[in-house]
Formats: sequence, C-alpha cells, structure tokens
Amino acid sequence: MKNELLAGNGPVISSRKRTATKAVEGQHITPASPLYRNPYVIGAGLGVLSWIVFAVVNQPLGTSTSLSAASGACAALFVGWDEVFKNAYWTKHPATWDYGSLFLIGTMLGAFLSAFASGSFRIEKVPKVWSQGFGHSTTVRFVAAFVGGIIVMYGARMAGGCTSGHGISGALQLALSSWIFLAVMFIAGIASALLLFRKLNQRKGSGL
Amino acid sequence: MTLPIETPLRELLAIPLGIIFGVLLHRGGVTDYNVIVNQFRLKDFTVAKIMFAAIVVGGAGVLMLHKLGYAQYHIKPANLLGVSLGATLFGIGMVLYGYCPGTGLAAVATGSLHALSGVVGMLAGGALYALTFPWVEAKIQSVGQLGKVTVPELTNIPGGAWFLLLSLVLAVVLYQDRNKTSVEQKP
Repeated sequence: MKNELLAGNGPVISSRKRTATKAVEGQHITPASPLYRNPYVIGAGLGVLSWIVFAVVNQPLGTSTSLSAASGACAALFVGWDEVFKNAYWTKHPATWDYGSLFLIGTMLGAFLSAFASGSFRIEKVPKVWSQGFGHSTTVRFVAAFVGGIIVMYGARMAGGCTSGHGISGALQLALSSWIFLAVMFIAGIASALLLFRKLNQRKGSGL
Repeated sequence: MTLPIETPLRELLAIPLGIIFGVLLHRGGVTDYNVIVNQFRLKDFTVAKIMFAAIVVGGAGVLMLHKLGYAQYHIKPANLLGVSLGATLFGIGMVLYGYCPGTGLAAVATGSLHALSGVVGMLAGGALYALTFPWVEAKIQSVGQLGKVTVPELTNIPGGAWFLLLSLVLAVVLYQDRNKTSVEQKP
C-alpha cells in the first residue's frame, strides 16, 4: 500500500525537478500576490469585467462563437472563400476581425503577459494529472487533446455557448438555457472524469 | 438594436478587455490543466468558486445596470435538446481536453503545447459543426424550443430575489471556506 502510494508520487517528483530550475517548487502558478490566488477575488473580477462588457460594448463575454467562426477562415485556406460562403453556418458567422475575435487575441495576450510577469511561463507537453493516469507519451496526450477539442467545440456550438458564454455571461443573466448548460456540463464532466481517471483514483485510494 | 459604443472603438476596446480576461484566467489558475481536471475529479473546487463568484457579482451588477437602462440582456434560446446534448458533449470533451475554449486559448499563451493541439481540434470541431449545421438545426435545435426564457420569468420570482439568495449562498460558502483553509494552513 505504501509502495503504491510512493509509485503514484513518481511523476510529481519529476515535475518538481523540471520546475526547480525556475525556483517555483512544483507549483504551476506563482502569483505576484496571494490576493490573486483567491478564486473568489478572481471570480469577482470576472463579474466586474462583465459589467463593463455589458454596459460599454453591449456584448456578453464569449469565446466559442468567434473561435468556431475562425474555422471558416481555416477551411478557406483549403477550399477557398467561395466554397466556405456556400455553407449556411459560416455565412451566418463569418470569420472577421470583429470585437469577438479581437477579444480572443486580447485573452491570449493577457494570459501571456500574466504568465511572463509572474515567471510561470513554461512549455508543457504532458500535464501532471494526465501523466499519472496515462503516462508520459506526448503523442497520446496530443491526440487526446485534439479529440477533446473537437468534442468541446462541437458541444459548445450545439449548446449555443461555452463556459464563458453560457457558464458566466448566460448564468449571470439567469437564462434558463445557461443554467441547464451548467448543470448538464458539470454532471457529464464529473461522470467522465470519474470514468477516465478511475485507475488513478483506485491507485491513490481516496486521494482527497 | 443600437449599441452603446459603435465601431471602430468597440474593436479597439476588445483587446484591453480581452487582456483583463486573460490575466484573470491565468491568475485564477484555470490555465492549468490540472486545476480544471481536478475540478471534475472533485479534488479542487477552484473552477466552481471562480464561476460562482463571477455569476453572483456580475449578475447583481448587470441586473442593476439593466434596471437603470445602461445594459441590455442577451439571453440564449432554451432549445432543450440542443443545450442538453451540447452540454453533455462539452463536459466529456472538457475532461479529455482539460480546457474549455477560453482557458484553452489562454493556456496556449502560457506555453501549453497540448492545449495548442486542442485548439486545432476546436477549429476542426467548429468546421464539423458548420458542415452538419443544417442537419442539427432541423433535427436537434427544433426539439423542445422554449425561446429566450429566464429563470425569473419561469418561476415568477424576480431577479433581485434570486441574487439575494445566491449572495447568501456565496456568503455561507465563503465563510465555510475561510474557516477550513485557516485551520488547514496552520504550519
């Protein structure tokens, strides 16, 4: 039992080794201030950001509409814009440099600046929990992320939004669709996590 | 629908607003695969805490702005089958990918290469949806259409009362969490 626990800790130690050079002691995020680490403060910040976005640009927070529209631009690289605009969805949501897509550029910029400023920018190929459950193969992790990405986006478009559009913006407007999305998403997510990581859960016992 | 701010100033504001969003996602720890997956494994409640605080603080403020005439609502239609089926796929995909669309993009910018593989997947998923769009509209989105309905409309309980209730829940959660962490964090 003890040996199993030690074996389960293997990848943790190796990930510590990797990050030790940056003196972050195995932690993925090194916030500039403990205040930032508080999830309630972060959530309140997202809430205040929603006030601004609703009042100033008259738009809810959202990610998946613009990201899926960008798939039209990618498709255009292969089949040309004429073919893309024969499609009803891409005509309805054309890939343009509008507010939504520029917001995504800003999101990436913000995350980069924050990671860079706090010294937590690092190349990650296989994350810790994944490697504990499925090993260190980069190929396996990349294929899983790719397939997961397809399912996430297809689901987001079918539901009409993602964690930001439904989960935050929609839920804060008390939209029925968004609360259904939140409930079903969490139930499906928890069920698949328990299933996907069942071996890891067994190996580590209760693990809490 | 007249917008409070017209183009091109809107487009100009998108970048700084997006930057704030990205900084908050990173500082909140949700650009980390482990934090998101451990939420669904019920071992780390960071994601739920962030989302709940955002809904309560954001919702109470947007409700007030709406009452004062400074904000419009943008309610997504409740197509029961589409939302339920889509959310199910989303939950499954989010565990496999480890990110949602926003956190996935942000994670790429913090150096996560597997998140980039997922972004390519998301673009493929968007294309797949575009190709199947007419079928989904006809066969799935048409089932159980309730329209752009809100919980206050459905329950006849005003939004203010809902946020009072949600704030109380948040206060209790905050109090419980504070006690727990202060006990645990003693060295």
